[in-house]
Amino acid sequence: MSKTPDIIRPYGDTTGDGMVQVSFTLPIPHDKLAEGAALQLAAKMGLAPAMLVHAKAMGPDFTFFVVYGSATHLVDLRDVVVIEREFPMLSAKDVNVTIKKLLRRKLVVVGACIGTDAHTVGIDAILNIKGFAGEKGLEYYSEITVVNCGAQVLVPELVARARAEKADAVLVSQVVTQKDAHIHNTMTMSAAFREAYPAGKVPLLVVGGPRFEQGLAGRLGVNRIFGKGTTPGEVASYLVHAMAQTGATTKEQTA
Amino acid sequence: MSTATPSNRAKHKPKLELDPIVIRKARSLARKAGAPVVKLARTHTTVSVERAVLRLAGLSGADHDGVPWVNHLVDSVRGEVGLEHGVTTPVFDALRRGEAPDLLTLAQKSAAGSVSFRLPQGREGSAAQSLALRSVKPGMARIDKNRVTRDRLIKRHGDPKQRPWIYLIVATGDIYEDIPQAQTAAREGADVIAVIRSTGQSLLDFVPEGATREGYAGTYATQENFRLMRAALDDVSKELGRYIRLVNYASGLCMPEIATMAGLERLDMMLNDSMYGILFRDINPIRTFVDQRFSRQIHARAGIIINTGEDNYLTTADAVDAAHTVTVSQLMNEYFAKEAGLQDWQLGLGHAFEINPDIPDSFRMELAQALLARQLFPNAPLKWMPPTKHMTGDVFRGYLLDGFFNLVGAMTGQDILLVGMMTEAVVTPFLSDRDLALQNVRYVLNAAGNLSEDFHPPRDGFIQTRARQVLSEAVDLLERIVDDSGEPGSVPLLRAIGDGTFGLMKRPADAGKGLDGVVKRAPGYDNPATTLLEAGDTK
Repeated sequence: MSKTPDIIRPYGDTTGDGMVQVSFTLPIPHDKLAEGAALQLAAKMGLAPAMLVHAKAMGPDFTFFVVYGSATHLVDLRDVVVIEREFPMLSAKDVNVTIKKLLRRKLVVVGACIGTDAHTVGIDAILNIKGFAGEKGLEYYSEITVVNCGAQVLVPELVARARAEKADAVLVSQVVTQKDAHIHNTMTMSAAFREAYPAGKVPLLVVGGPRFEQGLAGRLGVNRIFGKGTTPGEVASYLVHAMAQTGATTKEQTA
Repeated sequence: MSTATPSNRAKHKPKLELDPIVIRKARSLARKAGAPVVKLARTHTTVSVERAVLRLAGLSGADHDGVPWVNHLVDSVRGEVGLEHGVTTPVFDALRRGEAPDLLTLAQKSAAGSVSFRLPQGREGSAAQSLALRSVKPGMARIDKNRVTRDRLIKRHGDPKQRPWIYLIVATGDIYEDIPQAQTAAREGADVIAVIRSTGQSLLDFVPEGATREGYAGTYATQENFRLMRAALDDVSKELGRYIRLVNYASGLCMPEIATMAGLERLDMMLNDSMYGILFRDINPIRTFVDQRFSRQIHARAGIIINTGEDNYLTTADAVDAAHTVTVSQLMNEYFAKEAGLQDWQLGLGHAFEINPDIPDSFRMELAQALLARQLFPNAPLKWMPPTKHMTGDVFRGYLLDGFFNLVGAMTGQDILLVGMMTEAVVTPFLSDRDLALQNVRYVLNAAGNLSEDFHPPRDGFIQTRARQVLSEAVDLLERIVDDSGEPGSVPLLRAIGDGTFGLMKRPADAGKGLDGVVKRAPGYDNPATTLLEAGDTK
């Protein structure tokens, strides 16, 4: 196969045809005007030529459209920024060995869904032995002690539990969110931890959920954000990597 | 009963050859596992049960901080004389002594600390109790009247023409946004509208007041919101010539109060699972079972159909390996429901299409499980819930999966079909997503609704064998729960819950939220609502 070109377009059935398919609803009744409006939107979205392949009234006030068209935009692969994983992926065995070497005791992880979120699928996928995407959860790791607090855990409860268990890391999941609740909840959580612990002693704070934007960790006051599709192995590898790093910084400070 | 027997039930002659002895055994084990829990429920009360009784007696409203008066009054009585004898005896004794002219004033004064309560003895005690009984009767009469009204409206407007009934969810957080959305959904074909609650509500130990416009991923359950939505659906029922049912959630720490409000405002279905709160909200098991029994007695009285939450087990455990836990939970839900007075037509037992679509024969296993539920509970309006766990964000694949979900519903005679959205796990559904989802349901029901006439899984074929296997695993699990010998006097089901038998979560009986609201009843405990509910008489 030849080298990927720097400039690409979407692929419908022919290289370079730029074909995409979109669907949307406009808040007007279905008539000729509505169909014209849909094509105008398609044109403004950069679809030319655009084909209105389906229009259907949804009640008296709305119309649903499906449009196929050629996107006039070009994608320049040289301008795409990818956030690379900053840590190496380790096998479960390597994670266990590294923890033993690093800590000479088990790594304690406390996990919870905080705020109003009652959906534990995310945290369970990472923590429960059953795991996710064919990878066993953190409970499976012999050198990790997992405390899963479940759903709708209050922040003070989570802090208390983390202290009681001497947590090295706290994993918080936010799946269902509305009006940026996941942002507010996470900031409240990280602030509570900073308040409850002396500086430099705060456990690793890790949040996960489909709605978090990458690169926001600093603003949210957490160490790492994980998005949709994260596997337990990635989290375990990250924890080991981060523990090694904090270990190093602590030594430097004491020196 | 107008809703007693679905018209097409005759089409659903047994398709699985299940051993009637095994089925009887399953039910008798469920009874054995449940009976000690019922005993526990009969010997305890909770702050929320006592608050529900005050609501039936007509006390409503909240102070300027939003703390309901029922909470103030129950807390004051608890602080002074305890709740072991029930809240009403000291409360109505105080009214008899002229501490206040009415319940509201009494509650206000108690909040200010200017009332003293006592536990009246002898004739004064019986006088307080008979005043309490008289005071609760109008509330119970309103529940009875609502049931009559519902039956009349169903007769006038009619039930949906098809089974399953089409169940749609609205959830904007703002009751005034929910109303037009619910009416639109009904016009598009929904027969049942559920207003999802704000997810934080289950852990609130009070019921918010008034019409609310802010909630997270749902709208607060309040009595005023119930009233507004029921009135709006009455309007649209009239317009459509079809009675549109309204659903809310009797779960969480205020389950008995919300059940009571549902009866007072003529809601038609309530989510009410026997173990959901324990497992998924970490609410104390005893609190849950006590609250649940009272709630179910109210639902029985109000003619409300309960919906149970077995779908939830499959979101944490594997739908193939844990299929039998769904059956066990259905059997337990049935036992607890019937013990509380609910009839078969009120048991919307739940199950869901959650088997991983990547594994071979997943559709055949879904069919087996749905037929098993259908055949074990032939007269219950089963609630069939769509895939959520294996909805990946690929909306096109999700749309197909929902189509297969609808097909199982049509082929196996499910009664209440929660419409699956291809945007599950992506965003809250767009208007167009809901429209497409309803087209999907209509197409499948129209094209294959009568397929059950032709569909007979062969004797000892894959489907029959799978169903028998799940049933026998369910019996094994029930046997383990019942036989599991612990200390004398311990409750085996509570121990099983504590051990993580269901949904892999461990919930010990002496932990969990709301535990401090549980009170052991003293001899002479009086609850006029329970008296009326158990006597079945409000005259």
